[in-house]
Amino acid sequence: MLLKKLTEASGVSGNEKEVRDIILDEIKVFVDEIKVDRLGNIIAYKKGKNNSKKLMIAAHMDEVGLMVTDIDDMGLLKFTTVGGIDKRILVSKPVIIGKKKISGVIGAKPTHLQEKEEWKNALDIEQLYIDIGVNTKEEAEKLVNIGDYVAFDSQYIEFGENLVKAKALDNRVGCCLLVELIKEIKDIDFYGVFTVMEEIGLVGAGPAAYRVNPDLGIILEGTLCYDIPKLDQHLIPTTLNKGPAISLVDRTTLYNINFRKKIVQIAENNHIPYQYRKIAMGGNDSGKIHTNKEGSITATISVPCRNIHSPTSVMSKDDYKNTFKLLKAILYEYKKGEL
Amino acid sequence: MKFDTKLMKKLVSIYGPSGNESIIREYIEKEIKDYVDEIKIDNLGNLIARKKGSGKRIMIAAHMDQIGFMITDIDDNGFLRFTNIGGTSPFVTLSQQVVFENGVVGVIFSEPMEDISKLKLSNMFIDIGARNKEEAEKFVNIGDICVYKTEYQENDNVVFTKCLDDRVGCYIAIETIKQIENQKNDLYFVFTVQEEMGLRGAKTSAYGINPEIGIALDVTGSGDTPKAKTFAVGLDKGAAIKVKDNSILTHPELRQFMIDIAEENDIPYQMEVLEFGGTDSGSIHLTKEGVPSGVISIPTRYVHSTIEMASKNDIINSIRLLIKLLNRDIIL
Repeated sequence: MLLKKLTEASGVSGNEKEVRDIILDEIKVFVDEIKVDRLGNIIAYKKGKNNSKKLMIAAHMDEVGLMVTDIDDMGLLKFTTVGGIDKRILVSKPVIIGKKKISGVIGAKPTHLQEKEEWKNALDIEQLYIDIGVNTKEEAEKLVNIGDYVAFDSQYIEFGENLVKAKALDNRVGCCLLVELIKEIKDIDFYGVFTVMEEIGLVGAGPAAYRVNPDLGIILEGTLCYDIPKLDQHLIPTTLNKGPAISLVDRTTLYNINFRKKIVQIAENNHIPYQYRKIAMGGNDSGKIHTNKEGSITATISVPCRNIHSPTSVMSKDDYKNTFKLLKAILYEYKKGEL
Repeated sequence: MKFDTKLMKKLVSIYGPSGNESIIREYIEKEIKDYVDEIKIDNLGNLIARKKGSGKRIMIAAHMDQIGFMITDIDDNGFLRFTNIGGTSPFVTLSQQVVFENGVVGVIFSEPMEDISKLKLSNMFIDIGARNKEEAEKFVNIGDICVYKTEYQENDNVVFTKCLDDRVGCYIAIETIKQIENQKNDLYFVFTVQEEMGLRGAKTSAYGINPEIGIALDVTGSGDTPKAKTFAVGLDKGAAIKVKDNSILTHPELRQFMIDIAEENDIPYQMEVLEFGGTDSGSIHLTKEGVPSGVISIPTRYVHSTIEMASKNDIINSIRLLIKLLNRDIIL
């Protein structure tokens, strides 16, 4: 299953090769042109009926993770974060390190040994280490190097009625949607772009958009979902099982109002459930795409993911299906020249 | 030069928050179209008007957009929740009236607060007087943007109104377009979008124009009110020539050129060193291979409030300075 394969691959920002190779392998026979640019973005082009507007659909391949910064005398690894990670989620998590895929666990001082004062605060990253099961620095150096990437070790599991738990749903869910679109859609002209290093500042999207120079951009994302009870409804960013989340505004884009309304209208005409992403925090590749060169019109459509940026993100398969339906419906409108 | 009250009043009264600048754009387009050689609107909605000349390609930018609030949620009782579009203070916002594109008016208040210093936009709401959600949805949708609604006022010295930021820049650009004659340079007047969201319209329009020189027209703060933080800019002391803000260090030779022109023509001016904020020139000067850029600022009290205040003399002197500048051979 593609989403399982994509989420279980390691692809921390700057080290997307594993994910990129899966995607290239999946899409290469379905596209007319394909290129990996100097930063590592995949730029795929599907030829279709001529359309006066150039459409780019983008999803970032990278995920948040860690990087080894030092190895101590006992062979324990010190590390730093790559992308936005809440340090409170790190303790006791299994991880995979480097090209050799060495297993490790993030350790810390046992609770029994902590002073009462220490209980009050989350442990700092400086107080954590990765244990790879060796006893000396020399042993560790045979397995890992400073600068090695560290990804969470978390299996794709389906649970409940329609839920999925995995790491890196942000944004393998977007990649998966885009791969499936590329495979399924015929006769519609568009660029499918898989970007690198979104999580460390939208790095890949700028150069990719510069090359494609689109008029229209659709950004596919896994976005934050926090739908617990007792939270005022206006503070809930998105809710699971309510359909694709259409962005209003975030830190990097104020989404084009007419394009957003058109997408809502398409959803309504096709009886596809949708919701708005209600909060303005966060940002994504759209920030770089819509201000590229002379500017373009963009929209972001996301699958809601609980526990985003953690090893245990959760999404709904129904939200995925409805997002895919909406994307197809949008592409058919685009084919008619009505975007 | 007479102050055109009618134009200024009209400019500040027209709806045009970031991302939804079409009405203000249409108004400005009508106002200037007979005075320019070419006019176009780009993908993001920037209005680009060219007055042809044989000299340097100069981009003059004033942003059309104003700060506002976007509706994110409508509750069962018809109350609207919102997020900010551009920088807004919850304290300025409390108990203001707002107006939507379709003319619907609402008032902003907050949930009961034990400690008013903890006031945040997320515990405030807009009341449009609807009886329930269904009724509210007839007038307002999620994603709609409203702006402050206040009346324009002026006296002999000053104007005070909402969104002088940056309709006063638009005013200066429009007056310059109308008054400038036989200019040498190739002028691109750009009425930009989404400045308040991070200088976004200026970025894409500058890319298209590829100017040799950039000049932004925008408001700056003032340090002349009681116990104000030290800042050597005040009302009625002349057009402000920017040295720096958080988005740019202005080009030193262009800045000196502005000073020389002001001196030669007895135009009152003051130097502005701003320790925060940014203007469209921040985007323009980093375009492609780099663009020498400067800013003429209009000293303004109470920026991003409903009662921004600027001096009529400063506004007129800014226009005089800009016209003299654009009429000259600029060699940097």
